[in-house]
Amino acid sequence: MSTLTGTWTLLRLILRRDRLLMPLWVVFLGLVPLAYAPSFRDLFPTDAARAQYAAAGANNAGFVALYGRLDGSSLGELVAWRAGFVPVMIALISLLVVIRHTRVEEETGRRELVGSTVVGRHAGLAAALIATLAANLLVAVVLALGTSGEGLPVAGSWAFGLEFAAAGWAFAGVGAVAAQLTRGAGGARGIAIGVLGAAYVLRVVGDLSGMGGGGLSWLTWLSPIGWAQRLHPYSGDQWWVLALPAACTSALAVLAVALSGRRDVGGGLLPERTGPATAAPSLRSPSALAWRLHRGLLAGWIAGFLALGVVFGGVAKSTGDLLDENPNLQQVFARLGGKAAIVDSYFAAVMGILGLVAAGYAIQATMRLRAEETSLRAEPLLTTGVGRLRWAGSHLVFSVLGPALALAVGGLAAGLTHGLNTGDLGQVPRVWAAALAQLPAVWVLAAVAVALVGLVPRLAPAAWGALAACLLLGLVGAALQLSHWLLDVSPFTHIPRLPGGTVRTAPLLWLVALAVALGVAGLVGLRRRDIPVG
Amino acid sequence: MTDAISVTGLVKTFGSTRALDGLDLTVRTGEVHGFLGPNGAGKTTTIRILLGLVRADAGSARLLGGDPWADATTLHRRLAYVPGDVTLWPNLSGGEVIDLLGRARGGLNRRRRDELIERFDLDPTKKGRAYSKGNRQKVALVAALASDVDLLLLDEPTSGLDPLMENVFREIVREEQARAGRTVLLSSHILSEVEALCDRVTIVRDGRTVETGTLAELRHLTRTSIEADLAGAAPDLADLPGVYDLRVDDGRVRFDVDTGALDVVLRELASVGVRGLTSRPPTLEELFLRHYEGAGTAGRGATEVAAS
Repeated sequence: MSTLTGTWTLLRLILRRDRLLMPLWVVFLGLVPLAYAPSFRDLFPTDAARAQYAAAGANNAGFVALYGRLDGSSLGELVAWRAGFVPVMIALISLLVVIRHTRVEEETGRRELVGSTVVGRHAGLAAALIATLAANLLVAVVLALGTSGEGLPVAGSWAFGLEFAAAGWAFAGVGAVAAQLTRGAGGARGIAIGVLGAAYVLRVVGDLSGMGGGGLSWLTWLSPIGWAQRLHPYSGDQWWVLALPAACTSALAVLAVALSGRRDVGGGLLPERTGPATAAPSLRSPSALAWRLHRGLLAGWIAGFLALGVVFGGVAKSTGDLLDENPNLQQVFARLGGKAAIVDSYFAAVMGILGLVAAGYAIQATMRLRAEETSLRAEPLLTTGVGRLRWAGSHLVFSVLGPALALAVGGLAAGLTHGLNTGDLGQVPRVWAAALAQLPAVWVLAAVAVALVGLVPRLAPAAWGALAACLLLGLVGAALQLSHWLLDVSPFTHIPRLPGGTVRTAPLLWLVALAVALGVAGLVGLRRRDIPVG
Repeated sequence: MTDAISVTGLVKTFGSTRALDGLDLTVRTGEVHGFLGPNGAGKTTTIRILLGLVRADAGSARLLGGDPWADATTLHRRLAYVPGDVTLWPNLSGGEVIDLLGRARGGLNRRRRDELIERFDLDPTKKGRAYSKGNRQKVALVAALASDVDLLLLDEPTSGLDPLMENVFREIVREEQARAGRTVLLSSHILSEVEALCDRVTIVRDGRTVETGTLAELRHLTRTSIEADLAGAAPDLADLPGVYDLRVDDGRVRFDVDTGALDVVLRELASVGVRGLTSRPPTLEELFLRHYEGAGTAGRGATEVAAS
């Protein structure tokens, strides 16, 4: 039996399991950059306008850090540059998908079940890699067809698409290697995401240094995220650069196979860490347990919000500067209040995004409650002296206060960065308030999740659907001129547009009251129903 | 003596599946009670109802004198539960889980805890994700047995243990009963374990109780295998009521007989002269299998319960 026997069967299993998720991210990430083309065309209709914008963007540290370096000013170059963060998202998804179909399978014991049938030793790894590499190639095809359909040069469009795919390929390889190292999937994810973070930082430092003509610009060449951009789509199309991610991916795949051949199924290469033989005196209540289970997630989200806040705050000033060079925008914003108004409306927009992201955390924290139930870990605890409400409360503290803390940190970071940037620390409380104003809407979504878990537990994942609906209404609702009635469904519609907007407390109080009502309904349901509901 | 558990006419449906269909179960205080039945017979659902995790649709359940649903948290301080499918938190060590569950139950006996860890040969420093099924079960067993409680609910607690550890488990359960007079409800597939440990047994099938009583009582309801060497020609046993599977081989007869008809049959044999006699009571396994062999015998168990 070859070590690859059964790869095709496992590949079909992966496609069956991901039949919804995979097409979704492939199409979504492939189409995102398409939205930039018409908006750039409208905002900067002439070559001169584009050149001005490009000159401002290419010399703005915040933009360069976020998107990378910009060399030209053609429409294609601008679109590819503005989509510069998407490869990071593709890389993240790719490494998660590979780990999901390798290490997670082993950790849950499903791999063993499959492995005892006619399946070769490396079939699982091969199938996961093939599926992920192919999905990335599909992203490239979607993107290339879409952008060339928008009238951008065909060769450049393919280079653009392959730039995305290359980032995904390299980090699919990173995920495959990380999956061999640790016993737990969480540890493997941590390692792979750490490598992605390092690659991103190398790219940022290299690009920032290169912008100032500094000597560290070669650092970009050490980063797979940097390579992707060095393809220079629409700007000379450096095809040979593709050899770097191709070689890197192949090398990582070979390494992963070699490592996988040297370990037991279910085992990891890094030694398993042990824990204390007796519990610390503090580990004596459901709350103490919940803190152990949630603290990693909380720390991760706070770190993420800190980074987002710094980036959002850092870019703020330059959104105002753009106005200096673009008479079209000047006209638009003159009516609205000039430069201060554009910065304010920028903050209102990004704080809305921060609010949606925080709602994602709130739902995720609430879903832990459900996961404890379905994994049967709630049972041993609930059959001690711990009541259901106390058990649920220990997790829901994190759904309520976790996003509050994350938004407070993110808002403060954005405010401080912007304040220091402009020398006007008076901005700090304004920006901070804008972040915290999102909370009532975030709590409504958390409460929707609680209500689902309590009343219709099997439908609990629909909470993510509610978040997706809010995201969609927020992103495209106004543009599609949907009716007010429909827009009002999203709690985020009722959040005041701060800073600068007027605050009416009534809608905020209504949102909080709605959140409390939904939460109470969920908890009453949880007290009355069977546990576990599978 | 009061009953630790008394359940009558319990009904529970999940969607279109009728998991419990009028189940009865009585566990006397201080006894080890075996709860037998194949997969899907309703053992785990019954235990979850007794734990107040699942609410019954009909019937009544009393546990330690209280209502398992309404008084759940108060009752839980007096009992310990080992689930059949133990999952642990992946990032907590076994020792931490034992202590956490013990403390949540109102404290555990530290000396007993360490002794149990030693006897079960458990490494308490491993993280939850690193344990095998058997070791996860040991963690749950130590957490349950180290608490000073009145009642132990054990749902197939030894299904992942090796024979050596299975022995340790039996020893400990016997000690528990002798030392502290604890009541134990032991759901199990392993008939030898039930035979070795239990005072009384309840056999369930398709959510209904088919037999309950002491092992001796259950045997009385069933047949004994007899093998006899006779001095003369074999008497005509085939026409006697209660004799089955008769085989005659020269002066040697073999048959199964209803325990109630034993007296008449033996007298018949004695009239011919008996040189040798072996009688074997039915094993629990035979009792058990009789209730589950083929769907066609569905009515039989129920009539026997009525007869008892």
